[in-house]
Amino acid sequence: MNARRIVDLVPHAVLILGVLIFAFPIYMTLIGSTWDAATIARGNLPLTPGGEAAFNYDAAWNEGRGERVTGTPVNIMMVNSLIMALTIAVGKIAISILSAYAVAFFRFPGRMLFFWMIFVTLMLPVEVRIIPTYKVVADLGLIDTYAGLTIPLIASATATLLFRQFFLTIPDELVEAAKIDGAGPVRFFFDVLLPLSRTNIAALFVILFIYGWNQYLWPLLITTSHDMQTLVIGITRMIGNGESATDWNLIMATTVMALLPPVAVVVLMQRWFVRGLVDSEK
Amino acid sequence: MQRRVVFGNRLLPYLLLAPQVAVTLIFFHWPAAQAIEQSMLLQDAFGLRSQFVWFENFEAVLADPNYLHTVRVTVVFSLAVTVLSMVLALLFAVLADAGIRGRNVYKTLLIWPYALAPAVAAVLWMFIVHPDIGVLGRALNDLGVAWDYRLNDTQALSMVILASAWKQVSYNFIFFLAGLQAIPRSLLEAAAIDGAGAGRRFWTITFPLLSPTTFFLLVVNLVYAFFETFGVIHALTRGGPGKATETLIYRVYVDGVINNDLGGSSAQSVILMLVVVALTALQFRFIERKVHYA
Repeated sequence: MNARRIVDLVPHAVLILGVLIFAFPIYMTLIGSTWDAATIARGNLPLTPGGEAAFNYDAAWNEGRGERVTGTPVNIMMVNSLIMALTIAVGKIAISILSAYAVAFFRFPGRMLFFWMIFVTLMLPVEVRIIPTYKVVADLGLIDTYAGLTIPLIASATATLLFRQFFLTIPDELVEAAKIDGAGPVRFFFDVLLPLSRTNIAALFVILFIYGWNQYLWPLLITTSHDMQTLVIGITRMIGNGESATDWNLIMATTVMALLPPVAVVVLMQRWFVRGLVDSEK
Repeated sequence: MQRRVVFGNRLLPYLLLAPQVAVTLIFFHWPAAQAIEQSMLLQDAFGLRSQFVWFENFEAVLADPNYLHTVRVTVVFSLAVTVLSMVLALLFAVLADAGIRGRNVYKTLLIWPYALAPAVAAVLWMFIVHPDIGVLGRALNDLGVAWDYRLNDTQALSMVILASAWKQVSYNFIFFLAGLQAIPRSLLEAAAIDGAGAGRRFWTITFPLLSPTTFFLLVVNLVYAFFETFGVIHALTRGGPGKATETLIYRVYVDGVINNDLGGSSAQSVILMLVVVALTALQFRFIERKVHYA
């Protein structure tokens, strides 16, 4: 009986260990953001919180600079990251739902050609076509602009496929009925299709918000001025070569603020997000 | 594949498609074509004139021992990240799927790392394993291990693998959990009644039925390790020490952006495109097969 009880505890032990492996780095980052730079640089960082939290967060949010690091204030980078993540998420959803509507509900010459044109972009992640895409954006004069930061990432084969898949499951009778009631394609889209797509849109929004927020290589190339920097890039710019004697307290405070919005979105919208993720990849 | 009832408007579908098609043409097809063209051009030292050289850039890239070294690093790195993150995720998913108490709490606590950027994951780990200021890094040095991932090749590669895999476990966990929940309980119960133990049930029923998920994740994780881990490497090691952690995508960046070698970097981009095409084709072939059996 006793052996049985110990066996029952093993899964809990393994899962708790897993949870700790994920939580520990975050915990140390939180601790790091509550001490002063000198304590961290000496290698004396304790495992318990210190008293510098207010100073560190205030300095990171408003100044973005310490004794050795000159970065961008978090309040500016936060706005940039939000604009980038929201534009990419909303933009991808908007243009994908429109093109999926066209492909699923209309018959017109070139339909399959357009469909494949969108489909093959699955095979061209931004990292692969990075240099020529950079050149196109530079030629258009979009370096250091929000347009340059977001529009090249906005086309989405995945979202288009997901919406098309969903549209194909809508019964013909519903379309028939709407047509008999005199609804044209625009009316049908706004009054029937859009409300029906609500859950899909919510799920996609979470995934695409995270995707936009976490972009790295693209903003690294496209943003050169401090005012355009996003949070994720800002952190690694502050770290530089990773010397011990730098303003680690500010870097850690910045990191905490950089991971808060996406983590909040995932945790709060967990149900939609898990469903949407599994659906959109199938 | 189309619905029976459709709208009969002539102009509207083109208008609906216009934004997506415009973005796709300008920022996907045009640059991809440019990459292919550029990969066959050789520029002079000042970038003023270029000459069409067919596949010389590819020959140069593929004959470069440095490039072959990068290929080896990429293969080791990608396989390690994929296997490590998938094995851990499967273990956690199997445990959380069993009727365990507090499973929803465990689920939430294992899912949130999905929200982290790869580069941020690297920064979190850097702060822990830094040889001078990190809790673990210092502890290792105190124990007499000569730990400095900034100087030691193997340690550097282990760190980028660890940070990349750590960030990816939650993604795999979500999919394995969904896959496990789709397995009919009756099968497992029948096997249990027939006297099959937990291990045997896992290897003869759960694991085979999970193979579509496993295969799908295999491809997705390889793509992740190939491309999205750029942030981890850039934040943690910058490809160093030497070229110990330089993967193919990092090298495209170094050659194209820092060394300004457009022909060579484009040839590398085209090679990477072929890799993605192969991986995507593999995935879709497989999905088709799955549809047949379902």
